[in-house]
Amino acid sequence: MSTRLATGGRLIDRSRQVSFTFDGTTLRGHPGDTLASALLASGRTLVGRSFKYHRPRGVIASGAEEPNALVGLGQGDRFEPNARATTTELFDGLQAASQNCWPSLDYDVGAVNAALSRFLPAGFYYKMFIHPRAFWKHVYEPFIRHSAGLGRAPAVEARDPDRYEHFHHHTDVLVVGGGVAGLQAAKTAGESGLRVLLVEQTGHWGGRAPVDGGTIDGKTPEDWIGDTLQALDNMPNVTLRLRLQGAGLYDHGYVLGYERLADHAPDAPGPRHRLWRIRAGRIVTATGAIERPLPFAGNDRPGVMLASAVRDYIVNWGVSAGDRLVVVTNNDDAYRTALAHHRAGLTVPAVLDARPEGGGALMAEAQAAGIRVLTGRGIAQVNGTRALTGVEICAQAGEGTPLETIACDAVAMSGGWSPVVHLWSHCGGKLVWDEAAAAFRPDPDRAPIGQDGASNVIAAGAANGQGDLSSILKDAEKAGKTAARDLGGTPSDASAPDAEQPAEAPLAPVWMMPQGAPHALRAKAFLDFQNDVKVSDVHLAAQEGFESVEHTKRYTTLGMATDQGKMSNINGLAVLSRALNAPIPQVGTTTFRPPYTPVSMGAIAGEARGPLFQPIRRTPLHDWHETHGAKWEPVGQWRRPYCYPRAGEDKHAAVAREIDATRGSLGLLDASTLGKIVVKGPDAGRFLDMLYTNMMSTLKPGRCRYGLMCSENGFLIDDGVVARLDDDTFLCHTTTGGADRIHAHMEDWLQTEWWDWKVYTANLTEQFAQIAVVGPNARKLLEKLGGIDVSAETLPFMAFAEGQLAGHPVRVFRISFSGELSYEIAVPAGQARALWDRIVDAGAEWQITPYGTEALHVMRAEKGFIMIGDETDGTVIPQDLGLDWAISKKKDDYLGKRAQARSHMTDPDRWKLVGLKTLDGSVLPDGAYAVTEGTNVNGQRNTEGRVTSSYHSPTLGHGIAMGLAHRGPERMGEVLTFMRDDGKTAIEARIVDPVFFDPEGAKQNV
Amino acid sequence: MKRYSAFAVAREALTGHRGWERAWRRAQPKARYDVIIVGAGGHGLATAYYLGKRFGITNVAVLEKGWLGGGNTGRNTTIIRSNYLQDPSAAIYEKSRALYETLSQDLNYNVMFSPRGVMMLAQTEHEVRGYRRTAHANALQGVETRFITPAEVKKIVPIIRLEGPRYPVLGALWQARGGTARHDAVAWGYARACSAMGMDIIQQCEVTGIRRDGDRVTGVDTTKGAIACDKLGLVVAGHSGVLAQMAGFRLPIESVALQALVSEPIKPIMDCVVMANTVHGYMSQSDKGEMVIGGGADGYNNYTQRGSFHHVEETVRALIETFPMLSRLKMLRWWGGIVDMTGDRSPILSKTPLQNCFVNCGWGTGGFKAIPGSGWGFAELMAKGHAPLTDSFSLDRFREGRFIDESVAAGVAH
Ligand SMILES: Cc1cc2nc3c(=O)[nH]c(=O)nc-3n(C[C@H](O)[C@H](O)[C@H](O)COP(=O)(O)OP(=O)(O)OC[C@H]3O[C@@H](n4cnc5c(N)ncnc54)[C@H](O)[C@@H]3O)c2cc1C
Repeated sequence: MSTRLATGGRLIDRSRQVSFTFDGTTLRGHPGDTLASALLASGRTLVGRSFKYHRPRGVIASGAEEPNALVGLGQGDRFEPNARATTTELFDGLQAASQNCWPSLDYDVGAVNAALSRFLPAGFYYKMFIHPRAFWKHVYEPFIRHSAGLGRAPAVEARDPDRYEHFHHHTDVLVVGGGVAGLQAAKTAGESGLRVLLVEQTGHWGGRAPVDGGTIDGKTPEDWIGDTLQALDNMPNVTLRLRLQGAGLYDHGYVLGYERLADHAPDAPGPRHRLWRIRAGRIVTATGAIERPLPFAGNDRPGVMLASAVRDYIVNWGVSAGDRLVVVTNNDDAYRTALAHHRAGLTVPAVLDARPEGGGALMAEAQAAGIRVLTGRGIAQVNGTRALTGVEICAQAGEGTPLETIACDAVAMSGGWSPVVHLWSHCGGKLVWDEAAAAFRPDPDRAPIGQDGASNVIAAGAANGQGDLSSILKDAEKAGKTAARDLGGTPSDASAPDAEQPAEAPLAPVWMMPQGAPHALRAKAFLDFQNDVKVSDVHLAAQEGFESVEHTKRYTTLGMATDQGKMSNINGLAVLSRALNAPIPQVGTTTFRPPYTPVSMGAIAGEARGPLFQPIRRTPLHDWHETHGAKWEPVGQWRRPYCYPRAGEDKHAAVAREIDATRGSLGLLDASTLGKIVVKGPDAGRFLDMLYTNMMSTLKPGRCRYGLMCSENGFLIDDGVVARLDDDTFLCHTTTGGADRIHAHMEDWLQTEWWDWKVYTANLTEQFAQIAVVGPNARKLLEKLGGIDVSAETLPFMAFAEGQLAGHPVRVFRISFSGELSYEIAVPAGQARALWDRIVDAGAEWQITPYGTEALHVMRAEKGFIMIGDETDGTVIPQDLGLDWAISKKKDDYLGKRAQARSHMTDPDRWKLVGLKTLDGSVLPDGAYAVTEGTNVNGQRNTEGRVTSSYHSPTLGHGIAMGLAHRGPERMGEVLTFMRDDGKTAIEARIVDPVFFDPEGAKQNV
Repeated sequence: MKRYSAFAVAREALTGHRGWERAWRRAQPKARYDVIIVGAGGHGLATAYYLGKRFGITNVAVLEKGWLGGGNTGRNTTIIRSNYLQDPSAAIYEKSRALYETLSQDLNYNVMFSPRGVMMLAQTEHEVRGYRRTAHANALQGVETRFITPAEVKKIVPIIRLEGPRYPVLGALWQARGGTARHDAVAWGYARACSAMGMDIIQQCEVTGIRRDGDRVTGVDTTKGAIACDKLGLVVAGHSGVLAQMAGFRLPIESVALQALVSEPIKPIMDCVVMANTVHGYMSQSDKGEMVIGGGADGYNNYTQRGSFHHVEETVRALIETFPMLSRLKMLRWWGGIVDMTGDRSPILSKTPLQNCFVNCGWGTGGFKAIPGSGWGFAELMAKGHAPLTDSFSLDRFREGRFIDESVAAGVAH
């Protein structure tokens, strides 16, 4: 049984205890423990269940690659599923729960899947559940879905109380990985004076070296690390960060960092996670290597662990994996584990070395320590289900005939090491197969390329395929120098430290143990532990023609678990290449995708959540609307009053009242959200002639013109009034939604097509508020406010005046979107509220009534004015809307002109704008279609028109609608049949003139 | 072809599954075929399948430069719906959806079509009107959809927050028979059925040139040599522009990276597809338990199958707004595919300036759902020269201005 050793544990503080719970049981550990080390210390070898077969699983690794020991952490709003126990630092009060088991971890009903496993090979679901058809939906799929998922889902109404933030960082050199290679590379680069950022994903520096031993510059690795950190600390140009992972690498030296600030200290103030967006001139990936498991039958049993992990637990946390540890290996490194276990005073009954000749100096050391070493041997089978009782050993070269049973309660396995090449690969770095190490490592000739066209990523140390301490440090020193030199720095001439470690004998690849394992053993030899993918599954995939490594991955789910294949991929593709009889490099790897380990959604979103998700844009009059009971409508990022209901009024009543008041006396509208773009320069007129269908260059200063803008394809995209302020200055009004879009549209053309025209544009939407004063008493109101001559003669329709109104600098436009006498007053945003208040006061004698967007819409529809987004939808051209009058015939060109000449655009059969009036006076459903007899070639009901806007008109007392109808204007008086959205009930409406109210324009021409 | 069934699996289990044959034959190119399809994505394979099944044309090769199904077909978020606005779109997507209903049986391959419902949230008044209009149109097109209230939304998807501080949910367009399917299985199922009809699916075979004689295609050059054909179908999604260039004409297609993301697997919490177009994010939960999330398309043209990170950021924000309980979930992986965008966001299924060369592309961000319908129609177009399902999608429409614009109803079209 795993347990806490009496001594040792360089990372834990034995003088203090912390308590935590696992599945409700209170357990104890020390500060410095990970959840995994504390669980092992408490004798918990069984910590979870696998995904498919619900097999019992224990901790297998000690770091980010852990596929088994996933737990649910915390509770309530702070619950987090699928947390890796190996990277969860212990704190007092931590609550963890096992996953994917019911009713409990020990007695899990889902484990019947394991018994049925022979019926559930890779891809079984593609071959089954086909008949009867209805069963898939009602029986099979609900069953599959029921067993889906690993971790519990957070509660439906959970609201994460923690904060997350984003951080931008610019550096010359980024070094990812704080092992000895990273430290050395950072030091070398730092000595050149360049800015260096060194990041390490765990909570401590030094990586594996303190566990693996050797000497650096005559010191223990631990001492060397301390000294080097000291040196780095003294360099003001170097920044060091723990618990910060390089998560993804993008173009141009853009690296994502994932910093976990509070996961180990939940009560610490500040954000929980921080997403770093780093720009680096050069990136050194000193990300180390990950040990591979060995594929033998029963290698997934709790108690079977990676050899490096067993050693880590002993040295770092003072925890033993068991009392009797069998080590099985194809390389020398695992002997260190045997020796560490032995030195801890525990028994190593045997080291099984698959290599016929065994290993080098480390093997000799183990033998000298009295450890029995069997060469050319492997494990045929593991005995015991939940707790290990022993292993059957066999000849590696054979088919698995058991030669001997060795009693043990833990197994340490090592299949060699794979460099961590993820970041290198994210942005196009290529790999080479290193035959000697049996691993892919970065190909320096095909590195990721930066914006300067040179390689901008340098792999260093174990991540670069280096094996022993000395070459790792040399490689790192070289990487640091290369980075510095690339960026114009002068590295110091200090050379890499001297390091010593016992020489190692070469590894012998083992992709199946024993080599000739029959199906029965292959079907128990696991490759992907979480997803239960076995050697036999990969063989089946190959047999069925899934020969590409991507096919095999998808067919078997190999490498698709939460470790994303960190432990399984190389073994899996080696098995595949053997099955296909193709060399490993030819089979290739699957694509490495970010992130390196899963990143919380909170961190990705950062601060932009809740009220900060998107800014709410407020006009200067927002507060007034708020205090006057506005019912808000989101319009893009703006909020606009929909209407101002009074006590006891519903929306409809409020809208009707606002319209009556406006048409009868005086209304007031906050029109500030309308886009206001200034276009200025000697070529401004010429430019606007291209943008608008109308002629704008002939507009006289002081006058306004209603203009239409089309896309290159001829479709109407925006409309608004253009005012000419002076010879080379125009003010273009756009729709609310159009302001930013149209400004960008203008710039697009100016910058890419007409870059030599002398025109500037500026979006002044927020600099000015716009207040519309509307209704028969509008002029009286302005006269009362005083300062500007607004008489019909001086300020006729479609003119504007500049001056002081009630002491405020304004521009008064006499334009109308309601058919009433109407002035739109533009005032600097900072003075808007003051002017508004003056207007409200002065208007009291005419019962001035603020109105919202809905009244605006109804009044414009009563007048037959089109609305962008209602009558237009990106498929409508001005000619469809009877707006030919606004299209200049004199201009050679404007955007959309050529497009509007295309055959379909000039087709007389197009649907065109009409007014629609139901026979019974009711309101037509918005968006309804008019139908005709029969169906089209595809069996769809034939249609001949549709409703584009529809309202109840309080002015007229019946429903009014605008719509597009087949040859509409030619068919005045005809009755169309519209369908409700049930597709069955019909409503009839007559085609009428779209101008329902005051067709002569008498109200406006006063 | 050995049939798949539970019985067959049970029988094989007794012999260690040694009896399963290859899902598709390993084929080497012949000198000549009646029809060559370039691109073994879903659309190319479905085209081949229906050429054989509907028109008896089986002397067909499907050429694939990588591995079959490895393009966008194997990278997408698998949403299937047919609640499109314009008649031609609704026709082909609904045909497709209907074919999906029985595809597992047709192919004898479980493609896991799962009509769990697709919900498109309306979060502005404008969207409400747009979706009401779509519901009206769908009713006449034979597509079953319904505009539902916020209360119904919450009932179907309890994890949704209706009162987001920014965009409250005002209702939704609901298509109960929309859903998802397993993308790989669709490609594999078609490939297996094509192979069983005697067609050659040739992987690792990149088309590098198109041979012409006047305005006729005579064959293709490939990394496995020259191959002659009577008819050529180009079905290569993001690489359509490249192939058209080889054939000597141009296409109104832009290629951009579109991304998707998956979370770590969790127990089932959401049983339908939700699309939130105003905030721009959509999500479903796979049969494995992962939250499958669709991101945005890059604003610049490129061929790297990666995409920019800020889209991931924006998408995740949108989803946390809509489903706040996701905040502590972790994202496992994100990736990109190169999508083929047309000006009107509708596909091209068309004849080309070359008499016997046809093109099927432009499915952009939303062509997975269309695979069966597109194959059905395109096969007919290739076999007969026209097809009711595809005629509106011809290249002529760009010259005539006869666009089929779907961006009208909703911002996103996945
Ligand atoms: C991230 C993402 C999410 C998506 N989400 C959805 C969704 O939810 N719902 C939906 O309906 N759609 C979605 N889509 C769109 C959908 O994936 C595609 O429209 C569809 O898969 C296209 O299929 P295809 O067969 O046309 O193309 P592909 O599957 O890309 O196939 C084209 C094939 O052509 C091959 N090829 C290219 N050049 C050559 C050559 N010279 N020689 C030989 N072969 C060549 C390629 O290798 C490729 O295999 C999404 C797409 C992406 C990228």
